[in-house]
Amino acid sequence: MNFFEVVRFSLRGLSANKLRSALTMLGILIGVAAVILLVAVGNGSAKTISDRIEALGTNTITVMSTGRGGSSSTALTKDMADALIDPELAPDVKSVSPVVSSSSATMTYEGTDHSVATFVGTTPSWFAASTTPVGRGSAFTEDDVDQGRRVVVIGQTVAEELFPGVDPIDKQVTVGGALFTIVGVLAEKSSTGFNDSNDTAVAPLTAVQQVLTGYGALTSIIVEATDPDKVDAAQSEVSTILNQKLDVDSSSTSTPYRIQNASSLLETQTETADTFTTLLGAVAAISLLVGGIGITNIMLVTVTERTREIGIRKALGAPRRVILTQFLIEASLLSVLGGALGVAAALIGSQFEIVGVKPVIVPSSIGYAVGVSIAIGLFFGGLPAARAARLRPIDALRYE
Amino acid sequence: MSKPVLQVTDLKKIYGQGEATVHALRGVSATVHRGDYVAIMGSSGSGKSTLMNILGALDIPTSGQYLLDGVDVSKLSDGQLALARNRLIGFIFQSFNLIPRTTAVANVELPLAYAGVKPKERRRRAMEALDVVGLADRGGHEPNQLSGGQQQRVAVARALVTEPALLLADEPTGNLDSKSTDDVLQVFDDLSTAGRTIVIITHEDEVGARAKRLIRLVDGAIVTDVRQSPIHLPPVGPHPAGHSYQPPAGRAAVYSGGRHSQ
Repeated sequence: MNFFEVVRFSLRGLSANKLRSALTMLGILIGVAAVILLVAVGNGSAKTISDRIEALGTNTITVMSTGRGGSSSTALTKDMADALIDPELAPDVKSVSPVVSSSSATMTYEGTDHSVATFVGTTPSWFAASTTPVGRGSAFTEDDVDQGRRVVVIGQTVAEELFPGVDPIDKQVTVGGALFTIVGVLAEKSSTGFNDSNDTAVAPLTAVQQVLTGYGALTSIIVEATDPDKVDAAQSEVSTILNQKLDVDSSSTSTPYRIQNASSLLETQTETADTFTTLLGAVAAISLLVGGIGITNIMLVTVTERTREIGIRKALGAPRRVILTQFLIEASLLSVLGGALGVAAALIGSQFEIVGVKPVIVPSSIGYAVGVSIAIGLFFGGLPAARAARLRPIDALRYE
Repeated sequence: MSKPVLQVTDLKKIYGQGEATVHALRGVSATVHRGDYVAIMGSSGSGKSTLMNILGALDIPTSGQYLLDGVDVSKLSDGQLALARNRLIGFIFQSFNLIPRTTAVANVELPLAYAGVKPKERRRRAMEALDVVGLADRGGHEPNQLSGGQQQRVAVARALVTEPALLLADEPTGNLDSKSTDDVLQVFDDLSTAGRTIVIITHEDEVGARAKRLIRLVDGAIVTDVRQSPIHLPPVGPHPAGHSYQPPAGRAAVYSGGRHSQ
C-alpha cells in the first residue's frame, strides 16, 4: 500500500466526519490566533507608548508649577522664564518658552463656533522645542510677541472645523471678544490617546494673556537643551536658578515646581516596555498552554473514539505502520490547516484596532504559535493512535 | 488428503490470575479441511467466542498450537499476522463492524486496499463481492442507510472479497431478525456450495442444522463433533418448515472459481 493511498485514506477519514474535523481545526485556529494577536496587541501598545514619548521631544524639559491656584510665592512667572536664559549660569539651555494655556477658548468665524481644546500662548521658540512645526503659512515672530499682536497659528482640526474647503490663512477669527488673524496652520500631528493634539491654536504669549488668561502665572516653561545628552545638565541648571528665584531651601526635598524630563521619560518607557514584554511572554505562554490543552483534548478524544475503527482495520489486515501513518497524516493535516487558518485570522485581526491599540505582529510569535500547535497536534494525535495500533485487534474492538 | 485449512491442538485460554482465573478454553483440538462448513455451538460462556477470536488471529491462546493453512500462527510477527488476517481469513462479526460514514463499496474495498490491489481492480472485485451477497445496487449507501441484514451481508462481502482460505463468522445472525437471518444463511450456503471453507459460531439450532459438521462446546471443551452431511456435497439447506427465501440461482457461481475452491 503506497503513501498516496494512505493520504487518500486520511482525507476520507477527515471528510467522513466533517463537523469533528472542523471543530478540531477551529480549536487549533483559536489557539494560534489568540497567541499571535495577544502578543501583537501588547507589542502595539508598547510601541504606541514609546512613539508618544518620543513625540514630546527628547531634548526638552518641562517645568510645571505644583502650587495650587496662583499663589504669588510659588507661581512661575515670565521673569523666571527670562532668568533661565543665562549663558553663565545655564550654558546648556538653548531656548526657553514660557507657556500659558487655556482650555476654554471659543473661536468664531462667520457664525461658526469651535471650542479649541488647548489655546496656547507662548514665544516662537516653542514650535521647535515642542516639535510642532508649522505646516502652511508661518509662525508668529518675536516682534509679534513684543507688540502683543493678535495673530494665531491653528491646528488641523480647528482648520477643518472652521474653514471646510477654505484656505484659513489671513482670515480673521474672534476669540474671547478679540479679533485674531490666522497666519499659519500647524502640520498634522499624530494623535496620542484621547486628546486630539490637532485641536489646538498657538498665539503670542502677550496676546493670549491680554485676551484670555490675564497676566498671572505661567502654565509651564518649556526649556530646550542644546543637545539630548545635555538634558540632565540643563535640568540641574534650571533647578538651581529656580530655587534661587523661589527661595527654596537647598536642603528641602519638596519644590513648588516639577520638572519633567523627556529623557527620563524615555528611560521609564524602556523599562515599561521591558515589563510589558515579560508580561506578554507570560500571557502568550499561558494562552499557548491553554490552546495546547484544547488541541490535546480534541486529538485524544478524536483518536480514542476511533479505537474501535482501528480494531476493525486491524482485523481486516491493516499493518500497524499503515494505521499509524493514516492517523499521523490526519493529525498533521488538521494541525497545519488549523495553524495556517489561525495565522490568517490573526493577520486579518491585526488590521483592526483592538481596544484602542493598533496591533503590531511579532514575526517570531507566529513561528512559536504554529510550531507548538503542530507539535502538540502531532504528538497527541499520534500517541493514542500508536497505542491503539499496538493493541491486539480484539482489545481494540472491545474498547469502549 | 490435502493439508487442513486449520488445525488446533490442545488450545487453552486462561483469563485473569489467582482466585479470579477463568479457563475459557480447556484444551481444544480440532481439524477443519478445505470445503467444510462447520458450526460451533455452545451456550453463553462456553468459550466459543474466545475460540473464534483465536482462530481469527485477533487474540492469542495461552497455550496450544494453531496451524492456519499449515503455518504456525504463534510464530508470526506483527506484520505477518496482519498479512495472514488480510489474505487467509475473512472475519464476520456479530455486530457487523462496518466503518461508519463510509459507503458499502468502500468498506468492501478496505481489505483489498490493505492488500495493495489497484483502485480500479479493487472497485471491480468489491462490486463482484457485493453482487454475490445480492447488494450490488446498494454499493453507494452508508452503513446507517442499510438494514441490519444488509449491513451483515456487506460484512460478508468484505470478508470474502480477498478470497480467503477461511471464512469465520462469529454469531453472524445474532443481531438479525428471522428474515435477515435467512438471507445471510443463504449466502453462507451458496458460498459453501461454491467450495468455501466456513466456520460459524451460533447458539441457534436452525443455524447449526444447516452446517455440514456440528461441534458442541461446553465449558471450554468439545463434547460432540458430528458430521451432518458429506464434505464434498452442497449443504442441506434450510429445513422445509423454515423455508421462506429462495435466492436467484447461480449467484455464488461467480465465486466458484476462487483459488481455494476445489
